[in-house]
Amino acid sequence: MTTIERDPTSLGVTTPTMAPDLIRQVDDDTPSVALTYQEAIREALREEMVRDETVFLIGEDIGKHGGAFGVTRTLFDQFGPERVRNTPISENTIVGAATGAALVGMRPVAEIMFVDFSGLAMDQIANQAAKLRLMTGGQCCVPWVLRMPQGGGAGKSTAAQHSQSLEVWFAHIPGLKVVFPSTPYDAKGLMKAAIRDDNPVVFLEHKLLYSFRGAVPEADYVLPLGECDVKREGRDVTIVASAYMVWQAMLAAQIVAPEGIDVEVIDVRTVSPLDEETIGASVRKTGRAVIVAEACRSYGPTGEWAMVAMEQAFDYLKAPIVRIAGRNTPIPYADSIEAGAWPEASDIVGAIREVMA
Amino acid sequence: MPVWPTLEDRTGRLRAVTPDAQAQLEMFRRMVLIREFELACIDLFKRGQIKGGIHPYIGQEASGVGVCMALRTDDLIAGTHRSHGHNLAKGASPARMMAEILGKETGYCKGRGGSMHIAAFDTGSLGALAVVGSGIPIAVGAALAFHMRGEDRVSVPFTGDAGTNTGNWHEGLNMASIWDLPIVFVLEDNKYGVSTHIRDTTNVSDLSVRAAAYGIPGVKVDGFDVLAVYSAAIEAVARAREGLGPSLLVTESYRFEGHYAGEPQVYRERSEVDEQMRNDPIVRFKKTLIESDVAAESDLDAVVSATRDEIARAIEWAQDSPEPDPTTATDYIYA
Repeated sequence: MTTIERDPTSLGVTTPTMAPDLIRQVDDDTPSVALTYQEAIREALREEMVRDETVFLIGEDIGKHGGAFGVTRTLFDQFGPERVRNTPISENTIVGAATGAALVGMRPVAEIMFVDFSGLAMDQIANQAAKLRLMTGGQCCVPWVLRMPQGGGAGKSTAAQHSQSLEVWFAHIPGLKVVFPSTPYDAKGLMKAAIRDDNPVVFLEHKLLYSFRGAVPEADYVLPLGECDVKREGRDVTIVASAYMVWQAMLAAQIVAPEGIDVEVIDVRTVSPLDEETIGASVRKTGRAVIVAEACRSYGPTGEWAMVAMEQAFDYLKAPIVRIAGRNTPIPYADSIEAGAWPEASDIVGAIREVMA
Repeated sequence: MPVWPTLEDRTGRLRAVTPDAQAQLEMFRRMVLIREFELACIDLFKRGQIKGGIHPYIGQEASGVGVCMALRTDDLIAGTHRSHGHNLAKGASPARMMAEILGKETGYCKGRGGSMHIAAFDTGSLGALAVVGSGIPIAVGAALAFHMRGEDRVSVPFTGDAGTNTGNWHEGLNMASIWDLPIVFVLEDNKYGVSTHIRDTTNVSDLSVRAAAYGIPGVKVDGFDVLAVYSAAIEAVARAREGLGPSLLVTESYRFEGHYAGEPQVYRERSEVDEQMRNDPIVRFKKTLIESDVAAESDLDAVVSATRDEIARAIEWAQDSPEPDPTTATDYIYA
């Protein structure tokens, strides 16, 4: 059952609290279990660690404590301290050690507690892991996964150093893959793919989605990296978004449906490499595009995705592309002003009406 | 009084380990190979044939050779921007290295890495990493993998003296020490980080005391003396292989050339360089070999001329090798 509540800070529109019915990815005939996004990631880690003994976890407070967001909870008891490896607060060496282990045949899954701390590890991420394969002429590969929670909002009030959306930091570096799932189903299938991939994969997890629950197949499955997913098919407007903003887009689509506007939602669940074809095909079909991201507007993902839509579908556009993005601000603390830093469904609804006008 | 463990603690004093005559001659050959290779690179650079900068290892040959002669092929080293010497000491092919430096498809990295990024996985070099200190965390990770898999392999990151002031250093030594990883941190004190003397950036004169902060053994040796470096390395590598954890080995020498070939070197007096060059590690080792009857002077001169021939052939082969096809500029980004 979709739950809608009125957000007093918005212009009389709505936000989802928990709306699993907005996205259905597993049909009724498939044996499945309802997992939260957090649980889905954990089960992917567990299953891959059972399947492949070279997979191990490394990061701060990921042992008994289970990580800052509880994702690795119970894994320490199952796999022990060697494979669920608590570290000192040393982000650069967490990533560097993952790289070194990956170079000699392991498949580490490293965790940095918040994406905001990735700056401490950026030499190892951007200068080392991303470049080693090319720099060595293909002598090696770096099959690691780097898990990092990001994003914020909804009155969490974690302020400027624990709330950012930084997917473009990584997407701008060739050699990295960047995943940012929106649902439990996607999170599990993409985590498995990320672990089995031979490249360094930055796996971003949206903090507000950890408690979102959805159906996940009981059987083993792996989703492809590097592909967008059409979360809702429609004729009139394409919305391009990822992670939490996919839910905002789905909500906006539901709100405008009674007006006769049929919205298509493209989920950029792999941010890099970007699946330009799926975005292009959708915009060629609808002729209208609203591009949405929580990250800051300037030099953010919306600029890139809008340019892809224009390159792929310029001759089909019936209206200028509109983008909805986070404001260009460090995230302020207080509820009242924090909420103003991010876009929400009401903003997307406004943009849909604008491109339909 | 120091309360931390030292390498000397295990044996009462640091043992002098003397390799057999054949091994000593191999040490000499590798040192000469590095010297002649670097001289050839400087020559090619001055003639405009090497496009990127090069960072000669001249003066430090005893450090890389002394350490790498204590390693097995399946032990791994991680290098720096100044790693021609480390790769050659570990057994890399001078021809394939020269091809890499000249930007040829036949180079170790198919011309994608160049002088600062030569990796030779087949001889146990996981790469020259040109951001100072950045090889340390990666070598820690390789050692972690060896440790987790119960392998008796050892990981050896080389770092210049300036690398001891990076965060990589502190994080890496600390992490390796808490897990007793099989790793030997080699700090090559050549006195300068680009133009800045180590005494201007560090408040201890003996960098090996920094090991105390991590509860691991640290020792400083004469980095001009290949047998002294080798003896310390044998001890540290044995510790690592036996599961006794990391060690810090500081090899103290001097960079005879500038930071890069052709550097004006306005930051130091010529007299200082001349004074240090009296310690030339190859001249010294040659004298030792002759005085200890390991080899006759004519034998050693023959090594030098054979090495020069080898490098001349390497250059010729590299120069005749094809450049990478421009249409392959984006190859090797993803596996």
